[in-house]
Amino acid sequence: MTRRTLASFLALFSLPLAWVLLLLVVPYAIMISVGFWTRQFPLFHPDFQFGNYVQIFSDPQYTTVIVRTLKIATFVTLGAVILGYPLAYFLVFTVRSAALRNLLYMSVIVPLWVSYLLRAYTWKIILGTDGALNSLLVSTGIVDAPLDIFLYNQTAMVITLVYIFVPFMVMPLFTVLDNIPRRLIEASEDLGVGPFMTFWKVIFPLSLGGVIAGATMTFCLAFGDFVAPVLVGGPNGTMVANLLQTQFGTALNWPLGSALATVVLALVLVLLQLSMRLDRAGRVDLA
Amino acid sequence: MNALRWWQKGMVGVSLAVLAFLYLPIVILVVFSFNDSKVTSFPLAGFTLHWYEAFLSNEQMLRALSNSLVVASFATALSVVIGVAAALALDRYEFPGKRLFQNAILLPLSLPGIVTGIAMLNFYKQIGIPQSLTAVVIGHATALLGVVVSQVMARLAKLNRRQLEASADLGATSVETFRRVTLPAIRSSIFGSALLCFTLSFDEIPVTYFLTGREVTLPIYIYSTLRRGITPEINAVGTVIVAVSFVLIILSVTLLRDRRES
Repeated sequence: MTRRTLASFLALFSLPLAWVLLLLVVPYAIMISVGFWTRQFPLFHPDFQFGNYVQIFSDPQYTTVIVRTLKIATFVTLGAVILGYPLAYFLVFTVRSAALRNLLYMSVIVPLWVSYLLRAYTWKIILGTDGALNSLLVSTGIVDAPLDIFLYNQTAMVITLVYIFVPFMVMPLFTVLDNIPRRLIEASEDLGVGPFMTFWKVIFPLSLGGVIAGATMTFCLAFGDFVAPVLVGGPNGTMVANLLQTQFGTALNWPLGSALATVVLALVLVLLQLSMRLDRAGRVDLA
Repeated sequence: MNALRWWQKGMVGVSLAVLAFLYLPIVILVVFSFNDSKVTSFPLAGFTLHWYEAFLSNEQMLRALSNSLVVASFATALSVVIGVAAALALDRYEFPGKRLFQNAILLPLSLPGIVTGIAMLNFYKQIGIPQSLTAVVIGHATALLGVVVSQVMARLAKLNRRQLEASADLGATSVETFRRVTLPAIRSSIFGSALLCFTLSFDEIPVTYFLTGREVTLPIYIYSTLRRGITPEINAVGTVIVAVSFVLIILSVTLLRDRRES
């Protein structure tokens, strides 16, 4: 760089660099260190030990919740694929008019940005004992009295989280399906392959990258969810994020909380890496 | 194409059902905000604007609303200023650690918000920034930088470099070139990402939860009210939020969409 370009580079870049280092990178680094510290009044004592991690991975109080969170995130991801794939397929291959397709695609992603909290909360209205679903069941005579089995369980959480995150699945799937060259599909049909086998042998393999991207996003978001467990989860619905919340709130054990957060961070980073690898490995060169 | 096969019809059915699934809960929220009963059950009890009146006379809620608007405005302004500078630098220069820097900026967008919130809380406690709305603004601006950087960089990548060279050849200074060539070309992506930042900040819970002090934002207020129980007032304020976010989101998506002529 010449002196002049260096000067304009620094003028542009000093503030962003300082901001990101100081307010983003350093905080993550500090959180990771605090995870190795010990708890001491009022907050912690800076030393180095693995006690917090030993506790997290040996105390069933934590392992149960971690396993449950993994399980729920897996179900949510499966649910999102089952609902999202047909929708993306429909938008790309069935809707003929481009304007209608754009409109429908937009209507899928708009709810994504419309208040996450409210979208979780509506399921409380729907599934509650005197909620919409129950009153519908009672007034149609399917049941005699309102049931309290819908809310405050893991099924309610899976439904709510699938509802919230399904657009994250549709977005990459839509892009991937839309980019499949039509001539490949035509070639398959010209060769006398039926539409189902065309789907199975041509379209589906080429869409796996989108499935992986969407699944990673959905899994990571569901894994770290914070609000749905509190609103619709009930006593058996605690997830890792809620344990974190407790360590920084009532339990006031910041080192343990930071260690837990580091576990979540590591898991998400590993998943993101893995998904990028898989995507690269599975990518077929169509040029 | 020939008629749809059974499994294709099935897919159409599932798709329409999923679209309905995406909107039904929002419709239910809106419907119950006008329902003249405290319980959220059918049949509806009659039309009322009572819950909107209740919301408009709830001072705590209005205060939380105004806090949210202030936080979102400042956070957006900071994100845009820092984000556009970062995007220009990343687009124009090669430097060591560039990829690392880019990944760091994008990290909060793919990490669960709670991890970012806790990281920031730990740090602020260390350097003595008290939990407050100011802390929330800094936190949101930092977490949302990635939105601005990625959107503006995407637009910059499509920019025709020859226009910049032509401008320089014609004797324009780099500031003039920026103001007259670059800025007009990326303006809509800046507005689009600003609207997106605003909406995301307005709605943000995990980072806010850990950084806020006695003064709270609207989502945190609603969140803590909901833990105590449901009031239809929430449906009313929810309906207003949904309506406003719809407008903002549609606007930002339109602005961020690539225009054919560019």
